[in-house]
Amino acid sequence: MNILYFAWVREKVGAAEETVSPPPTVGTLGQLIDWLAQRSPRHAAAFADRKLIRAAIDQVHSQINASVAGAKEVAFFPPVTGG
Amino acid sequence: MTVEIDIRVQREAFEPGAELTRFSLQNSSSGAVCTFTGQMRDFRGPDRATGEPITAMELDHYPGMAERQLAELAADAKSRWPLDDLCIIHRFGKLIPTEPIVFVATASAHRGDAFAAAEFLMDWLKTKAPFWKKETTAKSAEWVSEAAADVERAQRWAR
Repeated sequence: MNILYFAWVREKVGAAEETVSPPPTVGTLGQLIDWLAQRSPRHAAAFADRKLIRAAIDQVHSQINASVAGAKEVAFFPPVTGG
Repeated sequence: MTVEIDIRVQREAFEPGAELTRFSLQNSSSGAVCTFTGQMRDFRGPDRATGEPITAMELDHYPGMAERQLAELAADAKSRWPLDDLCIIHRFGKLIPTEPIVFVATASAHRGDAFAAAEFLMDWLKTKAPFWKKETTAKSAEWVSEAAADVERAQRWAR
């Protein structure tokens, strides 16, 4: 599974992209965040305030309880501020 | 009528006047053309007098999803109003004050639909399109926070 980070989430994690293989117990976006947050102190800092984290599964905005089963690309980012 | 959807996500600067001329000429049967340009402001804060000058901005984006999300918003606008045509241009990368960030154009038989569709596109784009602004002042560079007013405006169009 390819994980992408954008804006300050990318800066806090210290990487734009990483490939991970979460265990089968990771079924939802929320569980994926819990698992990623344990990877390093930087990940933990990036995911510290979950209210500020938005996510997309295979480039579609997704809610925290969405399933990540079969997902190729999961992105994490702050609320969007374009336009 | 078939709606041609012209969506561009680009690093290069663009000229809204030239885009309007091109858009109008290619829609000779439309009685109404509405455009919106969002440009980079030169300060941040509640107003210019008390705000801090901004010297530059970096626009981060999610390549692939940005185009896809804009195409989805365009298709949604098409389904809500009888549009002859529409165009969305959004920059990414480095910008300086007064440079256009975003351009939306809609064409329809009459102004009501063109106005409404352009407003809808901007309101939804602000809360759905994956772009993030980082503003640079003399002191620091900071990511822009989500504006509650933008979320409220977008909710008006929920259905």
